[in-house]
Amino acid sequence: MSAVQTVGQVMADGVIDFDIGSLGRNFWALTIDGLTYGSIYALVAVGYTLVYGVLRLINFAHSEIFMLGMFGQYAVLMLLGFTPRGDAYDEGTVLTVVYLLLAMIGGMIVSGSAAVGLERVAYRPLRKRGAPSLVFLITAIGASFVIQEFVHFILPKLTNDKLGGVNAQQPIRLVVPSVQFSVFGADVTNVEIVIVVAAIVLAVATERFVTLTKFGRGIRAVAQDPVTATLMGVSRERVIMLTFLIGGLLAGAAAMLYTLRVPSGIIYSGGFILGIKAFSAAVLGGIGNLRGALLGGLLLGVMELYGQALFGTEWRDVVAFVVLILVLMIRPTGILGESLGRARA
Amino acid sequence: MPLLELKDLTVSYDRIEAVRGISLTVEDGELVTLIGANGAGKTTTMRAISGIRPVARGSVWFDGQDITRMKAHERVTAGIVQAPEGRGVFPGMTVVENLEMGSYSRTFKTKAEHDSTVERVFDLFPRLLERRSQVGGTLSGGEQQMLAIGRALMARPRLLLLDEPSMGLAPLVIQQIFRIITEINKEGTTILLVEQNAQQALSRSDRAYILETGEVTTSGKGKDLLADPAVKQAYLGVA
Repeated sequence: MSAVQTVGQVMADGVIDFDIGSLGRNFWALTIDGLTYGSIYALVAVGYTLVYGVLRLINFAHSEIFMLGMFGQYAVLMLLGFTPRGDAYDEGTVLTVVYLLLAMIGGMIVSGSAAVGLERVAYRPLRKRGAPSLVFLITAIGASFVIQEFVHFILPKLTNDKLGGVNAQQPIRLVVPSVQFSVFGADVTNVEIVIVVAAIVLAVATERFVTLTKFGRGIRAVAQDPVTATLMGVSRERVIMLTFLIGGLLAGAAAMLYTLRVPSGIIYSGGFILGIKAFSAAVLGGIGNLRGALLGGLLLGVMELYGQALFGTEWRDVVAFVVLILVLMIRPTGILGESLGRARA
Repeated sequence: MPLLELKDLTVSYDRIEAVRGISLTVEDGELVTLIGANGAGKTTTMRAISGIRPVARGSVWFDGQDITRMKAHERVTAGIVQAPEGRGVFPGMTVVENLEMGSYSRTFKTKAEHDSTVERVFDLFPRLLERRSQVGGTLSGGEQQMLAIGRALMARPRLLLLDEPSMGLAPLVIQQIFRIITEINKEGTTILLVEQNAQQALSRSDRAYILETGEVTTSGKGKDLLADPAVKQAYLGVA
């Protein structure tokens, strides 16, 4: 293979195989799996978009907030007495739901407090000093490394090697995926139902909160015009804290849902790719726009799986990032337009 | 004891002093105007009173209390509410949502109290009622100004700061806005008004201060200043 090849040659050489047949045959299965991943991206994307809305900051450490959530929910399951083992636990439907809820709340608490803590320790001091935005960006990346390395090296020492370290956590399985019903010949599993339903509940709750409540209005006011918001008696600092909290809570919930779908994904580096995809989703929908983040997440999840069927599994991540690049080239404000402010809601 | 008192207030941007040691008072119930050309330091003064611009020297007193270091959002709760220069209407919020933002710092005891506050604003500005579900960004300049004032009233201010409410508006709309400002004042709200439209402002004010390059050069009763030859020449376009 010569060093310089055109895309056409690459395709002709069979480096990329189009498999339209696979896409057609599995269309509904891909759509369902895509929506499952998409709902997870959507929840994480809200964290990027809200913080961007009020601070004009891309919080690149948000992927690590998500990662901490995976460990948080895992820790809760361990505290409840579950240990990793080859086969799944069978606790009956009601108890399983209770345990999953507890795990989710654990993930939310860990991620939510980590996000608020990150804001306090890393970003607030910079804001007080009026640092330029590039400094915030570099700090975000630095914070990301710090959190990863904390889980990589320090967490195992604190937990007697039960959590963290170089390897992924052994899965604790509470749910075995089993087909519940079919849509257009495509199977829908209990895991997919749990993920999508939980994501919808959380997304609707967040959207209602931001649209209808006083604090939600405060968030939108700061996003649209921070100075005037202050003149209305809104504490900008409190709003910033609130957006980090909401973003963190959703990331923690998403983390628990993600481990249902990908049980072996709990590792210190496990937030990185997912975080970038959620960020892509936020950009795709229109960063700063809450509904945009939700829409972008679902779209990205689905497109990624269509792409995977079309080009092959190894191209899945590429599809997501090509989407990001195309959006930035063609419509940088995303599908629903830019800000929490200008777009209503 | 004055409701608002600025003592030897200095505010600077980097090393440039935009306001240089000004002192002024606003008594309870008064309508006081700050007149001055562009860059005289009027808006800077207003921002310092509201706490969104740090004070370099001197102090701000409200209701007998030194509030120089009080946080901006806490001053709103204390009763200092501003309709800022350029109106600051939230472009993506409806008229009603904008009004709700005005009462952000306030807890209504009953729903009736809330409703009557909104109704009072709609009584003063019937146009806002017509436009109630329209987003702020699509309103005309006059409507935005009405919304900015109405929104400030939602907080039930003890001191209402109005920064150039006539800016960019048609003469008829200016007349209307000034009539309403006078009415709000007559109903008992203390007002500090910043204006370039000296004719209107002076004729309706109890007292006025004239600001030139960051310093108070003249002060007195509105009507007296209106008759002052120097003021006439500088601010009323009369030779």
